[in-house]
Amino acid sequence: MQLLAPDGTYGVPAQYAKYGEIIDSLGEDQLKTFYRDMARIRRFDIEAIALQRQGQLGLWVPAIGQEGAQIGSGYAVGPNDHIFPSYREHGVAITHGVELMSILKMMRGVNHGGWNPEETRYHLYSIVLGAQVLHAVGYAMGVKFDGRVGTGDKDSDLAVISYFGDGATAEGDVSESLLFAAVYEAPIVFFVQNNQWAISSPVEQVTKVPLYMRGSGFGVPGMRVDGNDVLACYAATKLHMDEAREGAGPYLIEALTYRIGAHTTSDDPSKYRDESEVEYWKARDPIARFETFLRRQGIEDSFFEDVKQAGDELAADIREQTFALTTPPLENIFDFVYSESHPDIVQQRAWLKAYEESMGSHE
Amino acid sequence: MAIAKALNAGLQKAMQDDPKVLMFGEDVAQLGGVFRVTEGLHKEFGDSRVFNTPIAESGIVGTAIGLAMRGYRPVTEIQFDGFVFPAFNQITTQLAKLTSRSEGFLQMPVVIRIPYGGGIGAVEHHSESPEAYFAHTPGLRIVTPSNPNDAYWMIQEAIKSPDPVIIFEPKRRYWQKGPVNLDIAPMPLHSARLMREGTDVTLLAYGPMVTTALQAAELGAEEGISIEVIDLRSLSPIDYPTLFASANKTGRVVMVHEAPTNVSLSSEIAARIAENCFYSLEAPVLRVGGFDTPYPPAKLEEAYLPDADRILEAIDRSLAY
Repeated sequence: MQLLAPDGTYGVPAQYAKYGEIIDSLGEDQLKTFYRDMARIRRFDIEAIALQRQGQLGLWVPAIGQEGAQIGSGYAVGPNDHIFPSYREHGVAITHGVELMSILKMMRGVNHGGWNPEETRYHLYSIVLGAQVLHAVGYAMGVKFDGRVGTGDKDSDLAVISYFGDGATAEGDVSESLLFAAVYEAPIVFFVQNNQWAISSPVEQVTKVPLYMRGSGFGVPGMRVDGNDVLACYAATKLHMDEAREGAGPYLIEALTYRIGAHTTSDDPSKYRDESEVEYWKARDPIARFETFLRRQGIEDSFFEDVKQAGDELAADIREQTFALTTPPLENIFDFVYSESHPDIVQQRAWLKAYEESMGSHE
Repeated sequence: MAIAKALNAGLQKAMQDDPKVLMFGEDVAQLGGVFRVTEGLHKEFGDSRVFNTPIAESGIVGTAIGLAMRGYRPVTEIQFDGFVFPAFNQITTQLAKLTSRSEGFLQMPVVIRIPYGGGIGAVEHHSESPEAYFAHTPGLRIVTPSNPNDAYWMIQEAIKSPDPVIIFEPKRRYWQKGPVNLDIAPMPLHSARLMREGTDVTLLAYGPMVTTALQAAELGAEEGISIEVIDLRSLSPIDYPTLFASANKTGRVVMVHEAPTNVSLSSEIAARIAENCFYSLEAPVLRVGGFDTPYPPAKLEEAYLPDADRILEAIDRSLAY
């Protein structure tokens, strides 16, 4: 499904009328928010790459090119819903109030992601591919056991969305997730960002059928949307999250997008793909096409200038905050290995303290 | 009451006490599990609390993690020890680490029940002792009952723990009977128990080997050897103070388990005893275990598994130092 063509032309094919109605209900402010956050997260991404290159971050995982899929789907997630990301969903994070510095702390190597998943409903990043998808399904099973699906009470019902990429679809955990979700009729949307590259493996090497069909054998219907079309991503996610909340069971959305950047800052895409391919996808950029659309809607220059300025301010701010990050003391690693006391941990913490004291002060 | 019945009664009590406790796994509902440990629970608690899963161990543990995040206390059954490995990733990279990764925002009150060990004449992958893989992993708690009273209480205490607990159930002893005190818990979950006092040598065992160790002690007594037997009960954490006290008293330690001895629980315990009881020891810690081979075909297991004679042979060697 594509609602917004790469040239910025908006149109709703007849078979997608119900998705078009969702877009029709959006006000100008919401459209502006989509743009603002796509631009914001791209600016953040560029700054984070620079910070990594300067040695301030251990690693960066860019999401450039995937802003439409992430901001569109993220804003379609309701206020009670829970989100289980992979590790590239920085755009989804900002749609639910996760501090960007939390992500940078993780990538700098001062923690493993210390935000509160209960409070943000945005769960921790999962580096082991596909592992989090089973957690999402389990969570959704719990929601169903709680009787919080299909009651008709919009303030109470909730659903779950799980993000993963084309590469992760190969993991057994993803297949088991589709199966469990179908068997237990769990309220969940599987949101697959097909960015077409699993590090150096093109998507053609990791699947022989389109990914939106992956769920069908398990009993999970699916659809493909243009992942660089923020409106299509919003409408599809909104409709199917609403349906999941109402008791329709699991659904799979494949957002066909493209990873413009490297897999991570440790990767070198020039080894495995042609620059012409990247150029092809740059011409289908999610932010540029949405800007064209908004300008045609009569949004004025000043808005875009404000967004740009806000992005530069954000970049300066996170740069300053990253430089100010301190490394926690080593003894903190003992804090949360267990919720209740464990004698080996107590003993090793005591040993470390005595050892450090015996070595004298670092000052 | 038999160990299997005691586990069943403990599960039933935990599910009655806390509506958030769920029991799921392969064939645990109407059938009651292949060892009948969950018998009757489905009938009492219904589909939403006791349910069968697809045959997918990673899915069982992975969804248990999600259910714990949602506020449930999932108890999962892995049908046989040799089938836990598809769930190894979820247990070691996810379940064991999520409390630490989230800096304490998430607790993981998940219980994984695993019938383990040999001696039942089964086909391959049904007689394994994989406890060392998990004892090696920070973030997990591991217990193993050797008798019905411990089984009844351990399962309940494991369910109450905010941390993930693996309970290794000695499957060949499932139908071994013993008294169960339904009113008073015997001792803290992670304590070792002195099973038989002795003065010449300390014999350490856990799970299915406790019965074997007590047999060896009985036979040893007939030969005039006073063997002190300790049931570890908990494999993570290990109750070292109790072990060290006995080692210091007897000066000789033999440890037995079914698992291969290479990089096993007894490897670690031997190292710790050497480090902490060095001046009390009259002999090195000696170990009796499975050979470092894949678990053998059933017709060979009787000879493969440690028995009282193999234990007494090690005790003789210890006494000869």
